[in-house]
Amino acid sequence: MNEQPVIRTQGLTRYFGAQPAVYELSLEVPRGGVFALLGRNGSGKTTTIRMLLGLLEPTRGGGSILGYDIRSLPPEARARIGYLTEEHQLYGWMRVRECGDFQSRFFPTWNDKIFRGVVGHFNLRPSAHVKSLSRGERAGLCLALTLAPEPELLILDDPAVGLDPVARRALVESMIYLTRRSDRTIFFSTHQLPDVERVADHIAVLDRSVLRACCPLETFRNSVRQVRLRFPGTPPALPKIPGLLQAFRSEGELRVTCVHYNGATEAALRGLAPAQMEEAPISLEDAFISYLGDRGEKSFILSETEAQP
Amino acid sequence: MNLNIVINTGSATPIYKQITDQVRLAVATGKLAVGDQLSSVRALAEELVVNPNTVARAYTDLAREGLIESRAGRGVFVTRKRKMFTREEGRRRLEPLMDGLIGEAMVMDFTQEELRAAFEKKLSQCQRNFGKGGNSINE
Repeated sequence: MNEQPVIRTQGLTRYFGAQPAVYELSLEVPRGGVFALLGRNGSGKTTTIRMLLGLLEPTRGGGSILGYDIRSLPPEARARIGYLTEEHQLYGWMRVRECGDFQSRFFPTWNDKIFRGVVGHFNLRPSAHVKSLSRGERAGLCLALTLAPEPELLILDDPAVGLDPVARRALVESMIYLTRRSDRTIFFSTHQLPDVERVADHIAVLDRSVLRACCPLETFRNSVRQVRLRFPGTPPALPKIPGLLQAFRSEGELRVTCVHYNGATEAALRGLAPAQMEEAPISLEDAFISYLGDRGEKSFILSETEAQP
Repeated sequence: MNLNIVINTGSATPIYKQITDQVRLAVATGKLAVGDQLSSVRALAEELVVNPNTVARAYTDLAREGLIESRAGRGVFVTRKRKMFTREEGRRRLEPLMDGLIGEAMVMDFTQEELRAAFEKKLSQCQRNFGKGGNSINE
């Protein structure tokens, strides 16, 4: 695990006018496995990815990808990276098969078995015209074109956007298939938390241009906890509780969501003298929404953070 | 493997735990017998469409409990249900589980008789998986 990370940024920052789109981003993506970049619309995910690939100049800060400086990526580095954009740019007049033939000329490592496999997985006819393909089919074709050179690092910018459930499942299946090679890394941005739950080892959370979490998925789930407290009458007013994200009160009940739940949190809650107090486990989606909600205090989850059971 | 594991995303239960819960239940109810083979980590991951590390994590937990065992080059098998705890420790762990069960049943307004009958019925369903008692550890 002491191996060099495949992606590393230090204070990576990009302004558009007076507004920072990405602010002081420092993160590391370990080699091997699946890393999900999460965040609401406009939180800076695409800007981050474009800077990583040298497509956008950082205002300040920097980073490396596969050990190369992102400001001067040589072609041999690019050849080892597969990049799937949100737009699925393709030549409409080509047929599916021709797209593969065309693309293969640029990659000495092209594996046509993979191309045909992914195309088949998305049920695309090789003779179909690109302009006749649906959004999901175009995504499948683009994925096939990106995977066939067997990139060491695969970067997918919101690959699930606009996909129907069947195409989305095919996408996730392809990602899991790729993890057969343990030295391959997938870095993808998404809004689809069910997909994240299925495939991601690590997550990073961007919130309004700022990194708010960078840790194993499990650490995130263990850090955000909900506790249900029951009271004989109206619940008392909530004192200052460390890491409080959200509190819902109803008749006889108080539900509290906290980050970095630990002994101190528990002691503070017990201080309210509830008749009953129990953990009410929450889904990843609820944890994510609470964490990025406006009400709670802003905090940061890192892999080093110890979540107390 | 004749076990049909179902994964729900968006659940409050993490996926690795959904897997361990379902394997545990299958062993407890006899759907999986001692000696039965489980799918490999890779095969189960592709079947369930989840990250192989998640399946590996579930298998590690089950192996630690002594419920399954990985035999080099042959696969993963359901092992003899080994005893994990001393009698005393077992009693200590059983206590809160029973409190929880009885408490919930009270809230749902079951009578003692109804609860006893339901409990007996459940017990008879998983009869063949129970041990013989006694105090031995890792027999």
